[in-house]
Amino acid sequence: MMDFFNNVFSWLPELLAATPLTLILTLVAGIFGLVFGTLLALARLSNILILSVPANMFMFVMRGTPLLVQLYLIYYGLGQILPGTWVRHSVLWPYLRDGFTYAVIALSMNQAAYNGEVLRGALRSIPKGQIEASMAMGMTNLQILQRVRLPLAFRDCLPVLTSDIIILLKSTALVSTITVLELMGTARMIQRESLQIYEPLIACGLVYFAVVMVLTNIMRPVESRLTRFRKGNA
Amino acid sequence: MTATALSVRNIRKSFGEDEVLKGISFDAHSGDVISIIGSSGSGKSTLLRCINFLERADSGEVAVAGEIIKTHKAKDGQLSPSDKHQLKQMRARLGMVFQNFNLWAHRTVLENIIEGPVQVLKHPKKKAVADAEILMDKVGISQKRNHYPSQLSGGQQQRVAIARALAMQPTVMLFDEPTSALDPELVNEVVQVIRQLATEKRTMIMVTHEMALAREISTHLIFLHNGRIEEQGPPQLIMENPKSDRLRQFIGKF
Repeated sequence: MMDFFNNVFSWLPELLAATPLTLILTLVAGIFGLVFGTLLALARLSNILILSVPANMFMFVMRGTPLLVQLYLIYYGLGQILPGTWVRHSVLWPYLRDGFTYAVIALSMNQAAYNGEVLRGALRSIPKGQIEASMAMGMTNLQILQRVRLPLAFRDCLPVLTSDIIILLKSTALVSTITVLELMGTARMIQRESLQIYEPLIACGLVYFAVVMVLTNIMRPVESRLTRFRKGNA
Repeated sequence: MTATALSVRNIRKSFGEDEVLKGISFDAHSGDVISIIGSSGSGKSTLLRCINFLERADSGEVAVAGEIIKTHKAKDGQLSPSDKHQLKQMRARLGMVFQNFNLWAHRTVLENIIEGPVQVLKHPKKKAVADAEILMDKVGISQKRNHYPSQLSGGQQQRVAIARALAMQPTVMLFDEPTSALDPELVNEVVQVIRQLATEKRTMIMVTHEMALAREISTHLIFLHNGRIEEQGPPQLIMENPKSDRLRQFIGKF
């Protein structure tokens, strides 16, 4: 039994070394996801059909299919098509040979769809009076968006966005299937090399858990600061 | 004769089959306090909201300090502002105070007040804060400058809303039932602020149920009934000597 735990702990340094890649994936896809998600939410709420219909379809498809399927389609699909095109000779090529790029694309698109859905709801639930007060003041639509609608919407759905980020962090484990050696990928490599089945997995689970705990504790003060305008949060 | 601060011409507005405003016209000269009274559903608030285009009328014309707000008839039959930039300038000159205060929930008292001057009038923040301090003093809310609206009583929120509207140095103040959402014991603090504005000769249009206030501070009273101006004139005159049965009935209720 002691051997077992010693084995688990012995893999921690190697796994911790792979953790930055997991964090980078989460951070990059999280930021892209939030930016594109905001644009998607605005497109969906727009009266302009050529904006709202594609946004709607995109979100519907991304939310309706497994991330793993999206990951495979983007990695194997794009990975098959691109080498036959001009892209092969462009400056982007070194990046496009790397699983990491496809992982970021798939995770960002998926995250954008989920964030977009949450933000759409939050934007719609803003009390009309908040916007009327802004219009009566003579603010432009862009000012109302920047100064009133988006700040209120983000504050409103911050807890959900936080939990989406945590889900994203754990979803990054899937990208180990397309050759990215992040936390999960490293655990699987250790499994193959050491012929231990459980120990690397448990160690890897511990690291994910620790990262989630840290992330949650970072977000908590941010949340309470941004929502202190609510009653009881004074 | 003083300059016309606000001119409203022949405003018509229907909601579906229901015509709530059947051609309303009036003028407010500089320093006028016009109270609009009438039973609920008489179109008072709709009229006020048509003035700054929060509600789009079906036809009519609004001019602020002699400048007509440019409009055209939109596809849906409603009056649509033709020049967005002009509309924004006009709105900035019409200070609106809402029944439900509508302070921005995520901004403090001070932030609410300086938002318009900084964002719309492009005043430097320092100046906006200095101006806001005078206004907060005036409405008696200075101690609460860093509070959020949710931490204030209704009366305090409405006083902030008045300061926020005043901060834009508007040509005309529009009050949409400013005391209707308040608990009875909080009405007075807001009434006092409005009363003070009247003594300063601010041009104000006020939709209200506060008959005593309307009578005390108004230079002109408009009684709306079924979408028309049923009766209007100096408040003492028409309240003591109503010509129409409807106004007599309406006043009788108070």
